[in-house]
Amino acid sequence: MNFDWFVLPFSIGLFLLFILVIFKISFWIRQLPLNDRLLLNKGIFSLKILRVIKEVILESLLHLRIFKINPLLGFMHMSFAFGWFMLIAIGNLESRMYAGTELNLPYYPIFFKFFIHKPLEIPFAEGFTFIMDFFLLLVLSGVLIAFSKRIYSKIVGLKRTTKLKAFDIFAMLSLWLIFPLRLFAESSAAGMYHTGGFMTQPIGNAFAGFLPLDTLSYIFWWAYSISLGVFFVCLPYSRYMHIPTEIILIAFRHFGIHRSKEYDIFKDVEVFSCSRCGICIDKCQLNTMAQVTNIQSAYFIKSIRKKNQQEEIVQNCLICGRCQEFCPVGIKTDDLRLSQRMIFENKENANFNYLPPQTPIKTEVLYFAGCMTHLTPSIKLSMVNILKNSKIPFKFMDEEESICCGRPLMLSGNTKDAQKLMQANIEIICSSQAHTLVTSCPICLRIFKEEYNLNINVLHHSQFIENLITEGKIRVQTSTKTISYHDPCDLGRGLGIYDEPRSILAHTGTLLKNNFEKNNSLCCGGSIANNQNYNLNKDKISKQVIEHLSSKNPDIIATACPLCKKTFVKYSDIRVADIAEIVNEQMILLHSS
Amino acid sequence: MAKKVVVIGGGIAGMESSAYLAEMGYDVTLLEKENSLGGHLRNWERLFPTMRLGQEVLDFLKLGIETKVNVIRNANILKINRIDKRFQIELERGASFNADALLITTGYDLFDATKKEEYGYGIYDNVITSAELEKMFMEGKSILTPTGKIPKKIGLIHCVGSRDEKVGHVYCSKVCCVTAVKQAIELKEKLSAVEIYCFYMDMRMYGMHFESLYKEAQEKHAINFIRGRLSEACENQDQSILIKVEDTLAGRPLKLSVDLLVLMVGFIPSKGTKEIGKLMELEFGTNGFYKTKDQHTLTNVSNIPGVFFAGSCTGPKTITNTVTDARAAVTTVASYLEGYNLEIRTKAFFQ
Repeated sequence: MNFDWFVLPFSIGLFLLFILVIFKISFWIRQLPLNDRLLLNKGIFSLKILRVIKEVILESLLHLRIFKINPLLGFMHMSFAFGWFMLIAIGNLESRMYAGTELNLPYYPIFFKFFIHKPLEIPFAEGFTFIMDFFLLLVLSGVLIAFSKRIYSKIVGLKRTTKLKAFDIFAMLSLWLIFPLRLFAESSAAGMYHTGGFMTQPIGNAFAGFLPLDTLSYIFWWAYSISLGVFFVCLPYSRYMHIPTEIILIAFRHFGIHRSKEYDIFKDVEVFSCSRCGICIDKCQLNTMAQVTNIQSAYFIKSIRKKNQQEEIVQNCLICGRCQEFCPVGIKTDDLRLSQRMIFENKENANFNYLPPQTPIKTEVLYFAGCMTHLTPSIKLSMVNILKNSKIPFKFMDEEESICCGRPLMLSGNTKDAQKLMQANIEIICSSQAHTLVTSCPICLRIFKEEYNLNINVLHHSQFIENLITEGKIRVQTSTKTISYHDPCDLGRGLGIYDEPRSILAHTGTLLKNNFEKNNSLCCGGSIANNQNYNLNKDKISKQVIEHLSSKNPDIIATACPLCKKTFVKYSDIRVADIAEIVNEQMILLHSS
Repeated sequence: MAKKVVVIGGGIAGMESSAYLAEMGYDVTLLEKENSLGGHLRNWERLFPTMRLGQEVLDFLKLGIETKVNVIRNANILKINRIDKRFQIELERGASFNADALLITTGYDLFDATKKEEYGYGIYDNVITSAELEKMFMEGKSILTPTGKIPKKIGLIHCVGSRDEKVGHVYCSKVCCVTAVKQAIELKEKLSAVEIYCFYMDMRMYGMHFESLYKEAQEKHAINFIRGRLSEACENQDQSILIKVEDTLAGRPLKLSVDLLVLMVGFIPSKGTKEIGKLMELEFGTNGFYKTKDQHTLTNVSNIPGVFFAGSCTGPKTITNTVTDARAAVTTVASYLEGYNLEIRTKAFFQ
């Protein structure tokens, strides 16, 4: 039996890791509602498991999503995950083939080169040493990039990377040390017994030239084992818990286990799946444009995990969805933040008895302007004019007395009060028997679509206008104007409506490209979701976004959200207009026949 | 030979400071970008709190510069070079002037009320600005709404573009409250049957006699002052304007239809102030007006030696304050030209 005392730190660490991870996962599964547990059981024994495995390979090992954001950053994550995985997998295979048994102790393949001194007498022996050296080199290159990233994060395309606390740094260093120590240990073994490959052998030979390898080698093996053991014990308490958890998250998603509005087990799994890779920090405009560096999703998620909820971290967020859009783990950061806002919600029960009694209306198309559109009356009047010109029977739902759609309350975590307003609006909408509800405000549109459960068409005015144009119900003249289009967060990332506004604008003028379009579009800064007192930061953001939109000196900065318009008008020297206004100005009036 | 001073901007501050500097023996050139002098003063019929005609003050200012000041109209500045301690100003049409000191009096512009879209200016016909109302007074015709009716109810909205973070101007424009009081009284005098409602945040009646004018408006003219900020305006079928506002003293929301809505637009740094500032690399304060070297003790001094400010290019001012500031700037410029170290005391105390 091959044994040496130095394998103990590794073995104990691995044992503790195993116990802790199993405990955590079984805790999650036990906490799942019965329904979700059934889904889990069903999922494991269905073909869905293949999709889970595929995604685990593509994302947990190869990190393709990060590659798309920045190839070098992707390579760094891939080299650690895939490289190390291959070292473990092939190391196991090699040791098993050599020992001819399947019952090796876990440490045996890890410290194989310590125990086996003669050149291997197994098939492909040279191939094995080559592959093992290759993957060790791969991981080492990852360590080098990770180290450089800490010193100069722009190397991987990040303006800033995650700030770490002492324990995080300790865990990170224990991880980084594993691979150089493995290199030293294996190289020194190679220096003494000629068991190395293309990398470890030359290094081993060089070591042999000037180092007392017989004593030093043993120290290297101890150090290697200790670094592994320390890392394993740190893992469940550090961000590296994301390694096992991400697999659970992927499985949950594929098995159809859903999150609820409140913080639940699904969200707990999301929290533990965060690797704090720093991509969210880099995408956050509060960081890049307003120098607020403590509230980004990575820190926010960490604060949940540490049960250290701070109101500022939870509230100081635009809910623009940029971090969510680019999260390589696919954590729904916006939902997570809203669920945490419920903790800080105003517990007082609002009384909406003052809401105006509604006179029932019957119509085909219902137009809802929303409060922000009432504050930008030019948009409201344009829509009314377009609707009149299209000859479609419509009623202006909130022309005089408007009831809030409920989303501002929802965004502040006040779900219960939001429900009351929603109910009032639902009654009006349903009693109208309209087949289509059109709104000018993407903020309202989002709650209409996501929470109202209406059985009718719910459209943003850009979608409605596009239909009118394609169906020939209105005609629009083109012009020589150049237009830069700004995607509103709720319309674009929130609801995936990117093409309709562009298609309309292509009818009205020349659409210019800019650097932040579609899912990468910027938040105007005016978000109603940020209920921290942050006007100064808002202005910093707006000014910079206007600069981007103005860079090609367009005639018009177009948007499709009254709030974005209001926000831009404050600082823009170029005319800011909603799509509805542009269409209204260039609409050819049809003579009534 | 007399030392040369170039004054940029022929409004109240530019005219009054030119008059004093020329009288003191300096060779003064006054550059005005427009064809006529007087700036915004030309657009105001009567002045608070005395109800004196603006024209009378304009005539007074003109008399000061009649003989000794070299006035250049339609002067668009292309370049300002600084050579040692002297300045060379080049105009677009080729002329150039030398100066030992520059006095900048580029003033203010009125806030563009279309930026406050919810108030409906530029969208609804019967929403006008205080400047447009004053123009009606100037023209001396009977007061009608833009849609041609004799107004029975008029709303005056204070602080449009002032004290409003949402449009990026957090400062008070100083003159709008008392202008509203003045215009309300004039409206009442011209249209005796009219009801007038002023919507204010605070009544800032800080100047001498302002408070008594405000009292007169309430007691003699029965003008209504309601504390509350307009939230939005929309148009009724008959083109009257429906305003939604909160009466913050009564603590309840209020809806009111008015035939005419007048927006008391505030001051913003003028286009000229911004342009000259960029051209010369003058420092701007957080509000976008020029930053003076010390808020208490160097109020006419810029960050560039030999360049001075007067009037509302450093912040909103009444006519009285502008005239006072122009004369203060003259002593500052003269002291500089005579070799007095302006900054020595400020440095000793505050830097």
